[in-house]
Amino acid sequence: MNSKFLSYILKRLIMAVVTVFAVITITFFAMQLIPGGPFLAEKSISAETLALLEAQYGLDKPVFIQYLNYLKGALIWDFGPSIKKTGRFVTDIIFSDFKVSGIIGLIALLIATFTGSILGSLAATHQNKVGDRVIMVLSTASIALPSFIIATVLLLLFCVTLKWFPANGTSIAGYILPTITLSLYPMAYITRLTRSSTLDILNQDYIKMAKAKGLSNRKVLFKHALRNSLTPVITYFGPEFAYIITGSLVVEQIFAIPGLGRDFVSSISNRDYPMIMGTTIFLTDIMVIMLLVSDILYKVADPKVDFD
Amino acid sequence: MTTKNSGMPIGFGLGKKNPLSFQVDLTLLQRATEDEQAAADIKGKPSSFFKDGLVRLFHNPVALVSFIAIILVLIAVIVIPEVWPYSYDLQLGTYYSDGSYNNLSPMEYGTAELARIANGETIFPHLFGTDSLGRDYFIRVIYGARISLIVGLFASIIVLIIGSIYGSISGYFGGKVDLVMMRIVDIIYSLPDLLIIILLASILKTTLNIDNSAFLSALGTGMISIFIVFALLYWVGMARLVRGQILTIKKEDFVLASKASGASGFWIIFKHLLPNSISVIIISVTLQIPSAIFTESFLSFIGLGVSAPMPSLGSLASDALNSISSYPYLLIIPACIISIIILAFNLFGDGLRDSFDPKLQK
Repeated sequence: MNSKFLSYILKRLIMAVVTVFAVITITFFAMQLIPGGPFLAEKSISAETLALLEAQYGLDKPVFIQYLNYLKGALIWDFGPSIKKTGRFVTDIIFSDFKVSGIIGLIALLIATFTGSILGSLAATHQNKVGDRVIMVLSTASIALPSFIIATVLLLLFCVTLKWFPANGTSIAGYILPTITLSLYPMAYITRLTRSSTLDILNQDYIKMAKAKGLSNRKVLFKHALRNSLTPVITYFGPEFAYIITGSLVVEQIFAIPGLGRDFVSSISNRDYPMIMGTTIFLTDIMVIMLLVSDILYKVADPKVDFD
Repeated sequence: MTTKNSGMPIGFGLGKKNPLSFQVDLTLLQRATEDEQAAADIKGKPSSFFKDGLVRLFHNPVALVSFIAIILVLIAVIVIPEVWPYSYDLQLGTYYSDGSYNNLSPMEYGTAELARIANGETIFPHLFGTDSLGRDYFIRVIYGARISLIVGLFASIIVLIIGSIYGSISGYFGGKVDLVMMRIVDIIYSLPDLLIIILLASILKTTLNIDNSAFLSALGTGMISIFIVFALLYWVGMARLVRGQILTIKKEDFVLASKASGASGFWIIFKHLLPNSISVIIISVTLQIPSAIFTESFLSFIGLGVSAPMPSLGSLASDALNSISSYPYLLIIPACIISIIILAFNLFGDGLRDSFDPKLQK
């Protein structure tokens, strides 16, 4: 098993590297496709200044050399200076933005996992009763609703009508609504996941055995069933984090939070090439790492899983 | 009874019977009368897999309600834009050269219209009022829903075609072909799709040159780039699903029989393998439609989707965000419609899966 496990990890690592490489290549050549350089918007720019600027950012070299330079930079997370935010390096902007987005994302992730698994197991133990129905309807609705709809409705209700929270994310109170918005979808997903896996497990013999021993329902659920039913939740951890990060693109926009998502969207409309490429690669790295970790954790947590 | 061979015994031509044989003497048998034949017929037609599935589907209230909702929405988006007196890009203010048409509340009229009503004319009401440019909001919402559904439908068809062909080739040929094809799928699968979509959509929006085609330029670059993005990225889920199906079906004896009688791989895939995985494919397409609508509205919301003045539900919601405190209903209406459409397709797809997926049947 050990050599199988190692070869599985090796295979996943190679896949991860190829994915990152593919994203780096796609972003670079996609940027090359855009007509007009990043300095086209500036009107009063002379030919000499343009040449100087291009030389400064290395845009005068042949495409292939630019690609190699870029690849080298991407490996050590050095994407050069931002074109629009003068005097700041892309990596610095990304890191300071990510502090905001990362904290919101992490809290949303914890809320989602905790609440989702509890709601899911409650729904499973009350299968086909009112509680189960209510939980399932709510979770179906939160999966179907686009995050920008949820975000705007929450904004409308709590910031505009009730005025409970400020409408921009400059204070702690302003972070509450976006965190809730981001946690809703993964929470609903985890609820459904936990419900179906708990239903599976409640039919197993060892649960019947535990009940026959005279353990209370709560003890059976939390001590015996929940532990095993959380295995699929682990697999969802990686994709869930990825969802939260990309979901933040629009949620941060709506709640005016100075995070990575908002800067990514604005860098696209500003044609800030280094910023676009840097953010894309940074987020890809994070997602690939999260997926890798959750896949490996899953194999560790459930010895029955095949290594294929 | 008068059949062609009446008068001739049934066992005729079997040769002389050995008197000691226990073999049934066929000459003693009589033909059944037509009444007797009719009595032996099976009562009622045999039920088919499809029929069983339909019965299960329509006994599921959630699926039934979602199905009705989908049909109602489809009828509304097909019929209403054709018969409605206002068009989605008509600015009533310029039409009447009057500024009082901008941001009318639901059921309100502009000054010129009020004057005409005072003269005894009947004016068609603005059910949802007008937007900030004085356009009838009801027809914009309906038209937006039409655009969103078109995107959902076409994107799913693209995904269906690419995914099922790719998946069936990979599954049928197996071996090294399968290995290489599936590694490609794995890589695309692990790409951060929304990031890549935003990236591609923003690039295609500036680079795509479609002026020389009337049909394509009517759709707008945003829509075309959404289709391209779906064609590039979103088929992988379908490809995996179809491959899995093909892998199990191709071991069946009828495929072997077809192969033995000299059928080509192409024939086997399209004649035997794909038709037999059709239920799984249809279910997945139904679930693909809401996901495409979701993506389209997301892109339109951040300004990468349809181009103005064409509305989509996402762009309507995004436009309404600017005036959210004064005119909240401009946001709530398209938000409700998107939610209803996505929810209905999701629930109907779930219902379809419950009733047609053979694996789930007890």
